[in-house]
Amino acid sequence: MSTRTRTLELEIMRYDPEKDKQPWFQSYTVPCLEDWVILDAINYVKENLDTTLAYRWSCHMMVCGSCGMMVNGEPSLTCKTFIRELPDKVRIEPLENFPIERDLVVVLDDVIQKLHKVQPYIIRKDPPPAGDQEYIQTPGQLAIFKQLTMCINCMCCYAACPQYALDRNFIGPAALALAHRYNRDNRDQGKSDRLDILADHDGVWDCSFVGACSEVCPKHVDPAAAIQQMKIDGAVEFWKQKMGIPGGKP
Amino acid sequence: MSRNPYVRPISTTTWYMRNGRYKVYMLRELTSFLVVFYSLLTIFALSALADSADRWNGFIASQQGKGMMVFHALALLYFLFFQTFPWFKLAPKAMPVQLGEKRLPDSYIIIGHYVAWIAVSICIFWLAGAF
Repeated sequence: MSTRTRTLELEIMRYDPEKDKQPWFQSYTVPCLEDWVILDAINYVKENLDTTLAYRWSCHMMVCGSCGMMVNGEPSLTCKTFIRELPDKVRIEPLENFPIERDLVVVLDDVIQKLHKVQPYIIRKDPPPAGDQEYIQTPGQLAIFKQLTMCINCMCCYAACPQYALDRNFIGPAALALAHRYNRDNRDQGKSDRLDILADHDGVWDCSFVGACSEVCPKHVDPAAAIQQMKIDGAVEFWKQKMGIPGGKP
Repeated sequence: MSRNPYVRPISTTTWYMRNGRYKVYMLRELTSFLVVFYSLLTIFALSALADSADRWNGFIASQQGKGMMVFHALALLYFLFFQTFPWFKLAPKAMPVQLGEKRLPDSYIIIGHYVAWIAVSICIFWLAGAF
């Protein structure tokens, strides 16, 4: 571990729902080690400078997805954002496009509901394999959707999405990518069940392909690509249905 | 302790000034004005063609003036940088080709698009009597 130190000025957005009419910024001078990430600096503030600071974090290793925040205006997983890549003055804000509960903690209820809405589980029409046999899936079939399973629900994509910022009815990147993950799973037979939600005005067609979601995704899930693929799938399903081709939605 | 979540306001008219990524997106979307212009120009050209040889020749002459040539050249460059190049780059994302456990390399799909584009362009030039 490096022992070289560097002083960072953190400007952190504060909001106390019981006292403040609107958020404001508080500055902290933080002595950092060169190999720290932003989350380390925020933890230093909490442990040494200001115990009232509220924020979410858990694993510190890009697994739990709790520590997403705006770092100098960019949606970032703070456990992955190294201070050596940042200037001496860093502005930390809660994730954009979400209501602020307190300080850096945001209200995620809306997205949690949207994740449920896309039915993110394997739906079967046929009975499961007989006895205790497992569903067969080849490595090739897994490869088709594996990258989409990497999502940790950090919600950085929602903070980056201008469409979600302007229209809160939009289902949004992570939930649509999750739906695509199940649509692409060969064990799943629920594609037509999800079509009404996904092909609706608030579904894939609300996305204008800014592509910001994929650029900020710390796990390289690429929700923008998933959404464009779903647009193609949706159009194919639509024509199958119109032309009465088997496999189209009845 | 009571809940009182704060919702940050967002401007519906200047939201794209928030970062460079959004500004590039808006520059891409501005090409829609050029699409409208060329749609109207095509309608005008067809009406001239249907009307008389004189009007059609007049239309052709009007497009060969120095000002219009410069405008068409600039419009072509704008389309290239904000439509053709970015969309071809993104094509493998929208249309990935899975071969067993591996994906066909993105470069193959991108090069395929450029080859198709050049082939179609040559056909159009040929139809227009350029060769």
